[in-house]
Amino acid sequence: MTTLTNLRLIDPESGEERLGGLTMADGMISALHEGIGKGVDCNGLCLAPGIIDIGVKVCEPGERHKESFGSAGQAAAAGGVTTIVTRPDTDPAIDSPETLEFVARRAREAAKVNVLPMAALTKGRAGQEMTEIGFLMDAGAVAFSDGDHVVANAKVLSRALTYAKARGALVIGHVQEPVLSDGAAATSGKFASLRGLPSVSPMAERMGLDRDVALLEMTGARYHVDQITTARALPALERAKANGLDITAGVSIHHLTLNELDVSNYRTFFKVKPPLRSEDDRLAVVEAVASGLIDVICSMHTPQDEESKRLPYEAAASGAVGLQTLLPAAMRLVHSGHLDLPGLWRALSLNPARRLGLSSGRLAVGAPADLVLFDPDAPFVLDRFSLLSKSRNTPFDEARMQGRVRATWVAGQQVHGAPL
Amino acid sequence: MGFRQDHLLGIEPLAPDEIREILDLADDYVALSRSADKHADALRGLTQINMFFENSTRTQASFELAGKRLGADVMNMAVAASSVKKGETLIDTAMTLNAMQPDLLVVRHPHSGAVDLLAQKVNCAVLNAGDGRHEHPTQALLDALTIRRKKGRLHRLSVAICGDIAHSRVARSNLILLGKMENRVKLIGPPTLMPSGIAELGCEVYENMAEGLKDVDVVMMLRLQKERMDGGFIPSEREYYHLYGLDAEKLAHAAPDAIVMHPGPMNRGVEIDGTLADDINRSVIQEQVEMGVAVRMAAMDLLARNLRARRQAA
Repeated sequence: MTTLTNLRLIDPESGEERLGGLTMADGMISALHEGIGKGVDCNGLCLAPGIIDIGVKVCEPGERHKESFGSAGQAAAAGGVTTIVTRPDTDPAIDSPETLEFVARRAREAAKVNVLPMAALTKGRAGQEMTEIGFLMDAGAVAFSDGDHVVANAKVLSRALTYAKARGALVIGHVQEPVLSDGAAATSGKFASLRGLPSVSPMAERMGLDRDVALLEMTGARYHVDQITTARALPALERAKANGLDITAGVSIHHLTLNELDVSNYRTFFKVKPPLRSEDDRLAVVEAVASGLIDVICSMHTPQDEESKRLPYEAAASGAVGLQTLLPAAMRLVHSGHLDLPGLWRALSLNPARRLGLSSGRLAVGAPADLVLFDPDAPFVLDRFSLLSKSRNTPFDEARMQGRVRATWVAGQQVHGAPL
Repeated sequence: MGFRQDHLLGIEPLAPDEIREILDLADDYVALSRSADKHADALRGLTQINMFFENSTRTQASFELAGKRLGADVMNMAVAASSVKKGETLIDTAMTLNAMQPDLLVVRHPHSGAVDLLAQKVNCAVLNAGDGRHEHPTQALLDALTIRRKKGRLHRLSVAICGDIAHSRVARSNLILLGKMENRVKLIGPPTLMPSGIAELGCEVYENMAEGLKDVDVVMMLRLQKERMDGGFIPSEREYYHLYGLDAEKLAHAAPDAIVMHPGPMNRGVEIDGTLADDINRSVIQEQVEMGVAVRMAAMDLLARNLRARRQAA
């Protein structure tokens, strides 16, 4: 049993923060206390539910040199992420119960945080045949996604959604008009034109969303959009929610804190998918998180080795690591006044937990003691070589950030930070 | 202030005085190139490597001649045909060449930004001979020199750039250079070949040749790549010629003394009428080629001076 006191308790459920203490026992939160009492004095640091990160790429199987369950688990723990929901876009794709069992076993052996695997929605993520959704759920798949591959064939997707609905499975989609966005490395506009980069209109995201919303109306499936990154897609999302469809949406921390101009002189660590957007889009999406229209913030953690990034911008690989920078980057939204801490944690832990049907993500008696203790103001300059991921492709290298994780607990066990 | 660059990667990093300095020196090299003894020794003892990841005859020949006239040892590498096919990366190729101690590296590459990337990895002066759709700085400089010599100035002119703006690095470099030197730039072309947000760069955009060409002092035509002609971006070659091909009738909308330019190679009867291209009273296309050698001599000379100064300081 451990009791912490003199804490700023960040409670996303009530939307409040208060001074108090917390006791954990048997892996659970066993009591919450008002005011300062007995226990380990945490000097007024913040305690919040651990982050639940939907859409983390761990490169097992296939590219373990980029990221393993061991390294991803360490990075997550250091970043205050207590549950990673892994993507199936590995090599080979996680599209059979056998592969999923391998992943689950590796995760149990090596990762110090909770790992919940997603499985592919179609075999080989090829968009042709649906996977064994039932078997995969039995093997522990919490959601189904083809990663950044769009299932272009509407007939295939409608059948997969219908089948998933019957099994009660959550489908996670990447909304893009695939032909329009093919080959794009930037968002069309002045910057892409000046740099001479192949670009895609932000409208391609809304077109993808519009199609998928229509298919949801048809099938009634449970659906989550991995990333909404443009202002133009927001009204469509709002309408779909107002019409009672079972839809939620996420956004990556990179699209909330960076814009297309950060690419500057072809800096490939800023190449993500979808590409970074205009400042107007960024602000609209930040507002949508604040209003609750966008439910979830994720890191979209995508490890890439140096070789695949040290190429001309068009040819370089997409993606950025984010497990360890998610919290300090998200604190920018608090320091800029766009979100308060409980509001931020609604998107980082409460909403993802609810969407996945988890009992975590809350500061409540009886909830799992998955917790992060952090200093919201501590300033630092990020050195990418200090990251614990095997890949260090972060756009925040040398960035000034505020917000440091002091300790992380998973099921009551401290997995990061100096012993308290 | 002097020319302050370590590389010539684009027009964007250049200040107006640096552009003027290149052009002034290039004027001297035009005179040299027209003289009986075409030799100078500004680059004597230096090694120039031309590395072209994309096929080019004209630009490569121009750089080669420029280097030779200034006494450099010039080597041409057609990289498209060699190591890239064996899976070697751009950086590896650059590092290999770097180990041969070149002083000037002239690079053309099909990807935007590739030359910037390469310049970060080598310790010689790098000249961009065209990267993807990004920049082609020596083309813009030779165009500027041609205009300055024909019009007597390089400011307060009205310049039309016509055709496939979207895929053209020539258009981008010219747009930036002409803007820096305070000219009025008009872009004319079908909307499918106009890059998005380009008007925000301080130019005017037209879809109609007659409107766009009205009273301009300079008409720059761009090459329409064959692969863009069929249905994808424009309905057909003949409809393009009808609407956007430069002929005497369309040119009549421009100022009476307007000059006609083209970066070459031309598609006669697609973007420009053959007779007009050969009209020595209007077309300055041959002068452009001549200015190209002089401008490249000037650019390499200035970069070599900075390189030598840097090495001496080290």
